[in-house]
Amino acid sequence: MAVLKDKDKEKVKEIFKGIDNDVTIVMFTQEVECPHCEMTRTMLEEVAGLSDRISLEVHDFVADKDVAETYGVDKIPATVLIGEKDYGIRFYGVPAGYEFTVLIEEIRDAGKRDPGLSKEAMAELDKVDAPVHVQVLISPT
Amino acid sequence: MASDQITADMIEGSEFPYLVNKYNVQGVPHTVINEEHSLVGPHKDVELAKEILKALGK
Repeated sequence: MAVLKDKDKEKVKEIFKGIDNDVTIVMFTQEVECPHCEMTRTMLEEVAGLSDRISLEVHDFVADKDVAETYGVDKIPATVLIGEKDYGIRFYGVPAGYEFTVLIEEIRDAGKRDPGLSKEAMAELDKVDAPVHVQVLISPT
Repeated sequence: MASDQITADMIEGSEFPYLVNKYNVQGVPHTVINEEHSLVGPHKDVELAKEILKALGK
């Protein structure tokens, strides 16, 4: 059963037209899939299909434990976005509702190799000289 | 993307209630920096950047 509606697919295709670099979506699920894992995987398969620049890699959280550890993934479903390197972007849970918009925009930004932040924010972030772990808790709307 | 030092997790709260409890989330979005510093509500990118620096003691 398709997760994305046709009109949503068209909107996403438009947003992805700006992508001129390759993006890899790395997803962690498990063999006996939790309902959210399966929905996330289906959704990501549909999203990856909307641009030639986007590819999807699906890993089993248990069988590929070493890969999960490399990415610091400790819960599933997990979605990691890779451009020319790992940017440290993680989505945990189904990227639904508002989070779906954020996912699409992050993929676009990764594909354009441009975080789309203000000059002021970039100037402040330049001062970061130690590891920072940011977690944003949201609810689907 | 802007900094190699920063990892950012978007977490769907209803799937991970233990995190909602751990960080005493009352409203969303709820942002936690380095497991200790919490901000509630949306913030402009430069505001979040400043909060990150504050969390690092700058």
